[in-house]
Amino acid sequence: MSTPAVKGNSSERSWPLWEVFVRGKRGLSHVHVGSLHAPDAEMALRNGRDVYTRRQEGVSLWVVRSMDITASSPDERDSFFDPAADKIYRHPTFYDIPEDVEYL
Amino acid sequence: MYGNDFIDPDEPLNAAEFGDVDDAVAAAATTAAQRAEGGSSFEALLAADQRIEPRDEMPEAYRKTLIRQIAQHAHSEIIGMQPEGNWISRAPSLRRKAILMAKVQDEAGHGLYLYAAAETLGVDRAELLDLLHSGKQKYSSIFNYPTLTWADNGAIGWLVDGAAIMNQVPLCRCSYGPYARAMIRVCKEESFHQRQGFEILWTLSRGTAAQKDMAQDAANRWWWPALMMFGPPDTGDAATTGGHTAQSMAWGIKRFSNDDLRQKFVDMTVPQAAKLGLTLPDPDLRFNEETGHWDFGAIDWSELWRVLKGDGACNAERIERRVGAHHEGAWVREAANAYAARHDLGQQQEYVA
Repeated sequence: MSTPAVKGNSSERSWPLWEVFVRGKRGLSHVHVGSLHAPDAEMALRNGRDVYTRRQEGVSLWVVRSMDITASSPDERDSFFDPAADKIYRHPTFYDIPEDVEYL
Repeated sequence: MYGNDFIDPDEPLNAAEFGDVDDAVAAAATTAAQRAEGGSSFEALLAADQRIEPRDEMPEAYRKTLIRQIAQHAHSEIIGMQPEGNWISRAPSLRRKAILMAKVQDEAGHGLYLYAAAETLGVDRAELLDLLHSGKQKYSSIFNYPTLTWADNGAIGWLVDGAAIMNQVPLCRCSYGPYARAMIRVCKEESFHQRQGFEILWTLSRGTAAQKDMAQDAANRWWWPALMMFGPPDTGDAATTGGHTAQSMAWGIKRFSNDDLRQKFVDMTVPQAAKLGLTLPDPDLRFNEETGHWDFGAIDWSELWRVLKGDGACNAERIERRVGAHHEGAWVREAANAYAARHDLGQQQEYVA
């Protein structure tokens, strides 16, 4: 995705990119909110707190190095997700049920 | 009573209850049809008002336009910390100081969201900062005006942030996913910025005669530059921006013309000025019964071009300050790197042992 530009001495090199996930409140999953640069995991957590939870948006944070994420390729999106495409009977609304049946 | 952990039944607990499942079912029904038409190409996604995501194919010109626009937007956020940062040490009360610090911190945060969005297009933040520092990329020329009095902090929140919100709300529906998502966060936070600015002027306008004069003076100086923030005319005979707006609209980056947004801003702001008991420095400002809009006088575009090209009151100062801050922070970045490297090394040695 991003190509790190390594310029000048090592202190000026770009810090690695981290993806940030926030749990909004207990009972909810962590949700991806964005990314940031940080030299290590501890700083990524602190920066993540300052950048993404300035208004109490979270009760828990995850940070993951972007390079550690394996993503499905958009080129094969169709074939990759095809198996589910023709199985709409997996959804409850697929079924014809008389309207006056309760609790179903 | 029954020992249940009872929560609000109307509150969605997870994605299934947000209606996402129903959306998925509806989507499944349409996907097959879309696919038959070769539905996930760049053009098809745009036509269906779908978002383009980082790893999708996109025309090089689209990518370049976005990088330039998002970078310029990010630069504006971090340069925008300076005019108000200038007043943190002189804020009139602890309350105002705390608010101003929170606001300036927000601007830094907005810059970071936007640099992160730009990076998904394959540039590095360090590269973009180099371009800002060397003057090869611009930031909004509004930040080249000085903050002479405390009331300027009010006028910036009310007018400058007000204009920014008007520009940014449509960007929440921008065709490029990461930019749109960043703008949603920014807009949510920006609302406090505008309200605290209005409150500053509201307080001053009900204060002593000198305080009211200060508020009026700030409104006088910021009104026209705020109108220029929407960019040069791009509709009708006065249009000067060529095909730029048209192309950005076709790509779903821009949703309204500069002129439409400017008019909306004027219509929204004139009644607010009346509420504040302040006048706006435009003798031609009057309500047009026929159109239902406020007509306003001619904007001096030569001023915008002059300030943009470097001849504003604070151009040199802003960049000098930014470059200075970057250099002064070098030792912090270096120390963090050294700490991270030593930590890595320590871990490696543990593995070896």
